[in-house]
Amino acid sequence: MRITLQDVEYRYQINTPFEHLALHDVNIDIEPGSYTAIIGHTGSGKSTLLQHFNALLKPTKGSVTIGDRRIESGRKEKELRGIRSNVGIVFQFPEHQLFEETVEKDICFGPMNFGASEKDAKDRARKALKQVGMAEEILEKSPFDLSGGQMRRVAIAGVLAMEPDVLVLDEPTAGLDPRGRMEIMDMFYQLHKERGISTILVTHSMEDAARYADEIIIMHRGTVFKKGTPLDIFSQPEQLLELGLDVPDTVRFQLKLQKELGIRFERICLSVDDLVSEVKTVMGRGNQ
Amino acid sequence: MLDKMILGRYVPVDSTVHKLDPRSKLLLVFLFVCIIFLANNLVTYGLVGLFTLLLLMLSKIPIRFLYNGLKPILFLIVFTFILHILFTKEGELLYKLGWLEIYDGGLRQGLFISLRFTFLILVTSLLTLTTNPISITDGMETLLHPFKKWKLPVHELSLMMSIALRFIPTLMEETDKIMKAQMARGVDFTSGPLKERIKAIIPLLVPLFVSAFKRAEELAIAMEARGYRGGEGRTKYRQLKWQTADTLLMLSLVVLTIFLVLLRS
Repeated sequence: MRITLQDVEYRYQINTPFEHLALHDVNIDIEPGSYTAIIGHTGSGKSTLLQHFNALLKPTKGSVTIGDRRIESGRKEKELRGIRSNVGIVFQFPEHQLFEETVEKDICFGPMNFGASEKDAKDRARKALKQVGMAEEILEKSPFDLSGGQMRRVAIAGVLAMEPDVLVLDEPTAGLDPRGRMEIMDMFYQLHKERGISTILVTHSMEDAARYADEIIIMHRGTVFKKGTPLDIFSQPEQLLELGLDVPDTVRFQLKLQKELGIRFERICLSVDDLVSEVKTVMGRGNQ
Repeated sequence: MLDKMILGRYVPVDSTVHKLDPRSKLLLVFLFVCIIFLANNLVTYGLVGLFTLLLLMLSKIPIRFLYNGLKPILFLIVFTFILHILFTKEGELLYKLGWLEIYDGGLRQGLFISLRFTFLILVTSLLTLTTNPISITDGMETLLHPFKKWKLPVHELSLMMSIALRFIPTLMEETDKIMKAQMARGVDFTSGPLKERIKAIIPLLVPLFVSAFKRAEELAIAMEARGYRGGEGRTKYRQLKWQTADTLLMLSLVVLTIFLVLLRS
């Protein structure tokens, strides 16, 4: 499903003394089956932006097209469920959305809201739980008896069980341990690869952005500052550092080597293996 | 969605009313609530209205913002008005259509009570709109100080109040967040049959309570970790200052009261 944002502007609390411009002149095109990372400082408008992807917020100017639905500013929209069942959002700290008596009921909540039968929803719950790497035994437990990490996984399973075409992730691994972080990010990537789910990842981790995304969008002061492939984006590390953003460890390592040893790399490396071979060739050249 | 709520919200603008001492504003609200019951005819209601309007103008709070914020309460006001028109059967019969009878007394009563309601809400929300929560509690604590003699836990009360006020916006934000998360999972809070909408509140309330309790516990631990042990011997960083403007406000209230007593029928 394609999502297109055209000249989107969003103002919070319009017509009050608290009015505040959160987004302006945003033009984004999310292609079906793509993996997009959105990076930017806190307050750059990332979270506001992602709420436009399933019409939780309607633009105060411009338009958002989700599949074949067009959401325009100043129009009353009815029946947004169709959009919401197709675009799943995993919010920051999704464990805050758990409320049912059992894990199973909570995971079934989304699918059943979108019209799945109870049996179908239960099947989906089992599948989703397996996807997030949890055992079926916990289906009957109360979600409030689980550990923080487990709650997170159950909440994510609740969104996956909706079987969306587009998955929007708002820092899904914030506050998890490094291993859980890797597992969850890899799981999302696998889903993206296997089922062709378009994925939009809002993140502070440049490693994740470099590793998984086909396209990176940098948000700055409420608008798109730059977009491109990870290579494009990280080829100009100075620009990122100027914005107060980080670069992946490999790039930082390259920059440091260049500075300390006075050598020049011809290209930017985004994975450790790539970096090793690049360092080898550059050093090899120096030795000859 | 909850953006427009103004109850309990502070609007930081620079105005005469903002600069008043919280004690005088608290007294104003308290006395105003009492003396508004003195008004019982057009002239006296007019006076009270004028006084309210003057305060609002001095506070520099945009009227449109006030109006938007009070819209939800408008329903209640209109409702009382209609109720009075329909059911108060005093005075002259003005209009009759089938079972519908409108009396002169009902009209007056309805009008006066809705006016009283409006003025009360305006003046009380003016207090929170123009005074930040910490000042309100400070003022409250000082005003209630004499009651300590009678074992009233003044400090604890004001602490409770400041915590409650402090967490209104936080809880609102939290509500908004959870609402959105559940909307993304297919809950419809704003349309559909009433029964469905009531059911839709559960997925909102449960997480909200869970997080509120968690927050309360964390706050208690954080306070204890920083050595909080009640109000005994505690000094204040912000000192309250009674100024001429405060005295003038009190005087104007006295004048208003005198006029109300003289002009009421």
